[in-house]
Parts: sequence; C-alpha cells; structure tokens
Amino acid sequence: MAQLTYRESVSLAIAQAMRKDPKVFFIGEDVGAAGGVFKATVGLLDEFGKERVMDAPISEQAILGAAMGAAMTGLRPIAEIMFSDFLAVCWDIIANQIAKTRYMSDGQINIPLVIRTANGGGSKFGAQHSQSLENWSMMIPGLKVVAPSCSSDVLGLMDASVKDPDPVIFYEHKSLYSSKEELEDTNLSIPLGQANILHEGVDITVIGLALMAQRSKKAAEILKEKHNIKVKVIDLRTLVPLDLQTIKRSINETGLAMTVEENPRLCGWGAEISSLITEQCFSNLKGPVTRITTPHVPLPSADILEDNTIPSVDLIVNEVIKKVKGE
Amino acid sequence: MVDVTNDDIGESIRLKLWEMMLKLRLVEKKAYDLFLQNLIKGTSHLALGQEAIAGAFGVALQEGDYTFCTYRGHAHTLARGSSIEGVLGELMGRQCGLMKGKGGSMHLTDVQKGVMGSYAIIGAHLTIANGTALASKYNKTKEVSVCFFGDGTTNIGAFHEALNMAKIWDLPIVFVCENNLYMEYTAISEVTAVEHPAADRASAYSLDKIIVDGNDADEMFRTAQTAIKKARDGYGPSLIEAKTYRHSGHSRADPGKYRPDEEVKDWLENRDPIKNYRQKLIDFNIDEKTISEIENKIQQEVEDATEVSKNSPIPEIKEIYTDVWADGGYKWHN
Repeated sequence: MAQLTYRESVSLAIAQAMRKDPKVFFIGEDVGAAGGVFKATVGLLDEFGKERVMDAPISEQAILGAAMGAAMTGLRPIAEIMFSDFLAVCWDIIANQIAKTRYMSDGQINIPLVIRTANGGGSKFGAQHSQSLENWSMMIPGLKVVAPSCSSDVLGLMDASVKDPDPVIFYEHKSLYSSKEELEDTNLSIPLGQANILHEGVDITVIGLALMAQRSKKAAEILKEKHNIKVKVIDLRTLVPLDLQTIKRSINETGLAMTVEENPRLCGWGAEISSLITEQCFSNLKGPVTRITTPHVPLPSADILEDNTIPSVDLIVNEVIKKVKGE
Repeated sequence: MVDVTNDDIGESIRLKLWEMMLKLRLVEKKAYDLFLQNLIKGTSHLALGQEAIAGAFGVALQEGDYTFCTYRGHAHTLARGSSIEGVLGELMGRQCGLMKGKGGSMHLTDVQKGVMGSYAIIGAHLTIANGTALASKYNKTKEVSVCFFGDGTTNIGAFHEALNMAKIWDLPIVFVCENNLYMEYTAISEVTAVEHPAADRASAYSLDKIIVDGNDADEMFRTAQTAIKKARDGYGPSLIEAKTYRHSGHSRADPGKYRPDEEVKDWLENRDPIKNYRQKLIDFNIDEKTISEIENKIQQEVEDATEVSKNSPIPEIKEIYTDVWADGGYKWHN
C-alpha cells in the first residue's frame, strides 16, 4: 500500500513504460537534470541516462518533429510540452503532421507517440499558462486525447497510451499534481475509451474531465449529504476515443445531463457530448443538456478573478440543484 | 573542356546519373502533359531543371536510408526507386498510386523505398527528419537521413530549430537546400538578410558553409557522397546549399512571369543540367548509341507507366473511412 501523488505517478508511469520497452524514450525541456518544472519527471535521468531521457532546447517544433520521426521508425517516444498553451507553438507538427500522416500515406506510417503536457488553471499563471485545451486536439482526426483525474488513472492511462499504435495527447492537470491516492498496485493499465464512474446516483448525470471530474465528485458528495440529490458522476478520462455507451446508459437512467468543462464555452468538448446526447437519448431526456464552462474570456490571473472564472464545487452544486428542481 | 584523365566518378555511375535525371525530367514533363489533358487535378509543383540534386542523392544513397522532401517532391520520390506508375497514379488519383489517392501530389510517400513523405507545410519535415536520424543513433544503426527543402524554408523558424538540434546531438543527417532563387513568386534575395540563404546561416549552427552548383550532376554527386559518408561514419550533420533554377513556375497556377526573360533564357539554354550532362557524357567518350539507348528506354518506361496509370481504377469511396487509426478505421467513439 503506497500513497502516491499525481505528480509522482507521472514519473513512475514513464519509468514503468521505459523499463518494459527499450523502444520508449523521453524528450522535453528541463525534464532530465531538473526533473521537470513541475517535478513530475524526477529520477528518470538517473535511472535511464541521457540516451533515453533527453533534455532538449526550447524548440517545441523540433522536439515534436524529432519525436514524430522517431515514432515513424517504430520507436515509442514520450515528448513533453511544458505547458499545454505551448502546443500553439508546434501546432503544425501536431495537427498537420502527426495527426494526418497515417491517413495521407494510406496507412504506410504509424506514429506511436505520447505528447504529455501540463494543462489547466488554478495556479494564477494567467491566460497563457493556464488553459484547458483538450478540445483543440479533440477536433483533429488522427489524435487520441487523454486527461487523467487521479494517480491511478495517470498510471493506467499512460501505460495504454505508450502501448497505443496511434498518437496520444496526454493532458495532466496542474492543480491535480499534489493530489494523493492510496494504491495497492502501481502496475496498472486502463484501456483508452473507458469512462469511470466517480459517484453513483439516479437523479442526474454530471460528466466531467480531469479537475472538473474531481470537483463534480465533491459536488455530488455535498448534494447527497445536504440536499438528498443523487448525482451520477462520469469521468470521461479520454475524449478520443469516447465512451459514448457509458454516457448513454446513464442518461437513459437519469434523464438529466450536465457537462462540466474548464474551457471557454464556444466549441468546448461538452458541446459535442451535448449534441450526441440530444441525438441519441432525446426520448429519455427530461430537459435540455446543461453545459457549465468558463465564460468566453481568456483566463485572468488574480485569485478572485481566476477562482470565479473556473467552475467551482459550489457552482456545480447550485447548478445541479436548479436543474433537478426544474428551475 | 573537362579533364577526362582524372575521372573520380567513372562511366558506370555517370550512366546511372544520366538515366536517373532523364527519368525525373521525362516523368515531370509527362505530369505537365497530363495536367493539360485534365487527367491530373489539384495542384502540382514541378522540379523541371532541378533534377541533378535529387538524382545525385538518389544514386549516392543506400537502401534503408531515409529521405524527406517537400511538396515539390515527385523527383525525390522517383530518385529512391519508387515506380513511375506509383507517382503518376497518385497524381491522377488512381488505385495504382503510392497512397491510392489518399495523399495526392504534395504528399508522395513510399516507406518501402525509404521515402518518408513529402511535406507541404514549409519547414516541418526538417524537424521530422531529425527524428529518423535520432532513431538511427538511438538504435546504433547506420541509416542516413536526407532532407530536401527550398530556399524559402531558410526563413521559417523550424529550419533554425532543426539545424540546432541536429548539431547538438550530432545526428546522421544531410540537409539539402535547393536554392532555385525564388521562394514562390518573390526572389529569395529580396526577403533574406544574407546572400546565400542556407550556407550563410551554417556558421550559426557550427556547420560548414557548403555551396554547390546544383545543376552539375557530377559535382552534386561528389558533395552528396561526402556528406552521406560523414553522417554514416558518425560525424554528424551537413547543410548543403545547391544553386539551381526551376524551369517552370512555382505551381500549376503560376506561369512564372515575375522572372526576367534574360535570366530564364540563360538558365534554360546554358545551364540545363540534362542538356549539359549529355554533352559531358560525350566528352567522356561515352558513345552516342549508349546515351540514346538509355533515352529510348526511359521514354518507353514513362509511356508504359502512363498507360498503366490511365487504366488503373479510381479509388473506392469506402477508402474515405480507412486508415485514420492503426486499426485501419476512423471510429472515435463506441
């Protein structure tokens, strides 16, 4: 039995992947000697050496290009982009090259790589170091999108991501790095495309991802205890592939659906989920799907501003009460 | 007059270069004809006039080596031994195409031949070519990666990121800038801070300044051999700037009218790599019959491949839904 932080589970997940498969190497900025700016890769350089843990220059395009080229030959790189906001700097390599090359080459080329990145708000870093960008990669055919919400999911989903023959963008949430979980076994594997039920309930289905899944779970506990409202919380864990069947089963039981997203409203992942629910569960719905998102603004920095922009546990509690009472 | 007494290249290689360049020239000309017949749609970027560069590397490289090229990549693909019908078929959107019509003219890929793709966003493939070179180093194998690009690429960030990374890790890679004097429609000299857009940047990455006449197949071959050997022997990357000229415009839509008539005339009449190489073969006492036999053979190959491509079926519509993922499909939810 070990208590493992989300941060520690990242380095352990990478180490386990590298121990299992000599084709796996790790590349990023300040990841080796420094152990990563979030200290999520501490110890990897010592265990695996410079040939497999490569400190790269501040060259996001060159990092992902090199990872892609290596993956094209059958190696299985894990590349780190320090903040998900920096994906914009290398978006050509991701959206045009990594995502499309398999299709354009008529399947001649596989690109088995994992791009890890620190995502999300809560650190008061301002608008360029705090975004939740899962939806950027969700809309590109050819990319798989993973966003774990706890230590065991980091371990299990990293194992599956590294073994996956397709490119995976692996969003780690900055505000979860210090969260802890008791684990009996760290050697986990969780198939991509399998949602997790974080809280059982029959009154409403709340669908979240990463930090928003954890906040939804807390909200569900409060709602059960203080308001006798039973909330089913689904942690999607992966957006692509999406576990639509788990969503549908739950909506068909509860008849009410809410998504909780950390991104601005327009074209957030909840819009797609909402559309699928409306198309496929309409006759079982008791009301419209509700989306909780940040307002359509860049993320501000000051405590009070950021805290009131990102959906909070209180906000989720209040919105669920309104929804269930039909207000 | 050439010095025929000190021939470091020899008749066998020289005839290979001749055959290779002819093939590249005649296929490009055929692609142009097929465009005019509306049998090729979309766009196309011809490398007419630049055959000596891809051709020389094609002869100098070994099986298993990796090449990366741009959207102007028909020649570089053929130079690795890809079939003519594979290339023309892809341009025509037929099942016999290298990617069965999924990629088109700008994305020719033939992994079996080491053609690791043709890239249509300027600069990207320099960073990706570093990756195959990194893999060779990681695996302690001896493949060399070669990356071809145009002069316009030297002004995009990825060029600089890639050169720095290749040098700090001493990757087995050769970067080849084909400087045809125009980025697209604008003269490269008008938009670049240095005279030689690639070579003058080499020192910033501790690389040698290498400028070569890209229209002289012999000189190109020597330069290619040296850089490839250096990479294969573990001495790291090279950056070559090959001066050349495209005979046609940037793409199908471009008649190339922005170039002075005198300049075009000079390059076409006096500096055509194929016309000049034919004369060189004669100077080296290769008989007219041998030369023209190769010409006839290639001409026939191109005609035959054209017929194969024309007769090849168009893709089935269900192909739209294949090969997004490694499982062969495109599904994104259960």
